[in-house]
Amino acid sequence: MSLGWQRASSRSSVGAMIELEGLTKRYGEKVAVNNLSFTVRPGIITGFLGPNGAGKSTTMRMVLGLDRPTAGDVRIDGKHYEQLKDPLTYIGALLEAKAWHGGRSAYNHLLCLAQSNGIPASRVREVLDTVGLSAVAKKKTKGFSLGMGQRLGIAGALLGDPRILMFDEPVNGLDPEGIHWIRNLMKTLASQGRTVFVSSHLMSEMALTADHLVVIGQGRLLADTSMAEFIAENSRSYVRIRTPQREQLLDALHGAGVAVVEAGDGVLEVDGDKSEAVGELAARQQIVLHELSPQRASLEEAFMQLTAESVEYHAHDGQPPGAVPQQPPPGQPPRQQWGSDWKRG
Amino acid sequence: MAAAQVVRSEWTKIRSVASTVWTLGLAVVVTIALGMLISALSKNEFGDMSRRDQLSFDPTFISFAGTSLGQLAMIVFGVLVVGNEYSSGMIRTSLAAVPKRGTFLFSKIAVATALALVVAMVTSFATFFLGQAMLGDLKASIGDPGVLRAVFGGGLYMTLIAMFSMGVAAMLRSPMLSLGILMPFFFLISNILGNVPATEKVGRFLPDQAGSKIMQVVAPIDDDVPYGPWGGLGIMALWVIAALVGGYAVLKKRDA
Repeated sequence: MSLGWQRASSRSSVGAMIELEGLTKRYGEKVAVNNLSFTVRPGIITGFLGPNGAGKSTTMRMVLGLDRPTAGDVRIDGKHYEQLKDPLTYIGALLEAKAWHGGRSAYNHLLCLAQSNGIPASRVREVLDTVGLSAVAKKKTKGFSLGMGQRLGIAGALLGDPRILMFDEPVNGLDPEGIHWIRNLMKTLASQGRTVFVSSHLMSEMALTADHLVVIGQGRLLADTSMAEFIAENSRSYVRIRTPQREQLLDALHGAGVAVVEAGDGVLEVDGDKSEAVGELAARQQIVLHELSPQRASLEEAFMQLTAESVEYHAHDGQPPGAVPQQPPPGQPPRQQWGSDWKRG
Repeated sequence: MAAAQVVRSEWTKIRSVASTVWTLGLAVVVTIALGMLISALSKNEFGDMSRRDQLSFDPTFISFAGTSLGQLAMIVFGVLVVGNEYSSGMIRTSLAAVPKRGTFLFSKIAVATALALVVAMVTSFATFFLGQAMLGDLKASIGDPGVLRAVFGGGLYMTLIAMFSMGVAAMLRSPMLSLGILMPFFFLISNILGNVPATEKVGRFLPDQAGSKIMQVVAPIDDDVPYGPWGGLGIMALWVIAALVGGYAVLKKRDA
């Protein structure tokens, strides 16, 4: 992907970082963002993961100086957003969809942004081309589909050829082709040495795109780790066991020094890849097993466990009126039934 | 952040939405058409007027009768220029591009005011000459004492109304709320306050009542208004400044 026009000041990628220090946002009694400190670095995609309402969007708005922090600080290239001259040439952001006037054409929307930051009008054509909206450049944006809207938002982010890009839930509402396009775009941007900071509430999405992971829940930092480390630490393997001779098996396992937890419904779980050891132990003691199956917790489950305590809106404590009660997906314990139906925060 | 860049950007914004054309177009058409109509009706009724009314007959002011309705379109223009940023969500994109909020707001207001001033001046002179044409023998001449001031002032009045609306919309951050307050206020409430004896003395310090004094050439008999044409416009300007300062304070303080 050619990003064409480039401003002299934005060539170097040294220090194109977003630094948060003790960033806090309170709305009255409610703490939306609680003492967040982390750094987003260039050359990789940093995933910003958390359930809806965890404070991701609020954090991103504070990065852009749209919301004022109650306490703490956030800096771009060591400066406050307000101190950046022509900020779109430092950092481009896709905030929520449709942050523009529907009566204005896509071209004019981007043109007014370009002019405010001293970006040449020719650049507007380039980014419209990059996102594939050239054919509808003169159309009013109110007729745009969700996917076209996301593309226009991304065009606005790319406009100033910035070294830092920030995308808030970019795949929301996109079709598979659009999702694929955005993933590739982010990878390309990162491979060019840019800083890419992308939020999502879906672990599966992050696992596919992010190199580094920042996880928050209820505004607090829960993890700041590389994706590889997160996977290694969190994809727990265990053995699932069912037996009619529960007490005997428990005694046998305790005797052998194997830790076991009762997972309910008569199911026992043993941590690690121990199915062979458990099977042999049961055979020696002549204990009948109805099930002995190695399991691997998904990243999604790991994320759920990490954020479980901090999830603000559990589906089971107060469904929104008229909401269809959701069944937990098969294979997941019912106590972790939150996920797709959190209310937006 | 060069303010000139932001001014260019705001000009692109204002010229690229349809509401600019229809609000300002409506202001021109309504002001002129209603002014002509009332001028024509006044000419026909002059003979039946009391002596007193004939003495205070003000052909210049009558040709500006359309302003009472035309100003509503100016209010819509002023409200939409600022309020659309909030209702569309554009404000977040705009402030991300121009984080210096004072530069953003006052560039926007400067561009919208300049455009409103041009349109209002053209409207004012057009409504004067066309209104006078309807008045026949009763007409005033642009060279008569105070007339040029009144016609020029009519343009300033319409511009200040638009500016006041921009300030209110910046304070309320919603076009619907702003229109819901400004339209009935200027169309009804201000008139009622200005005409009920108990509230008359307060009512005359409201922005439109004070400001419209500038369009008057012949003062009514027993006129006890404590300010002159420029004094009245000054009072209106103070209201405008207050609204803009309020709007700026809200924009500066609130999260976008």
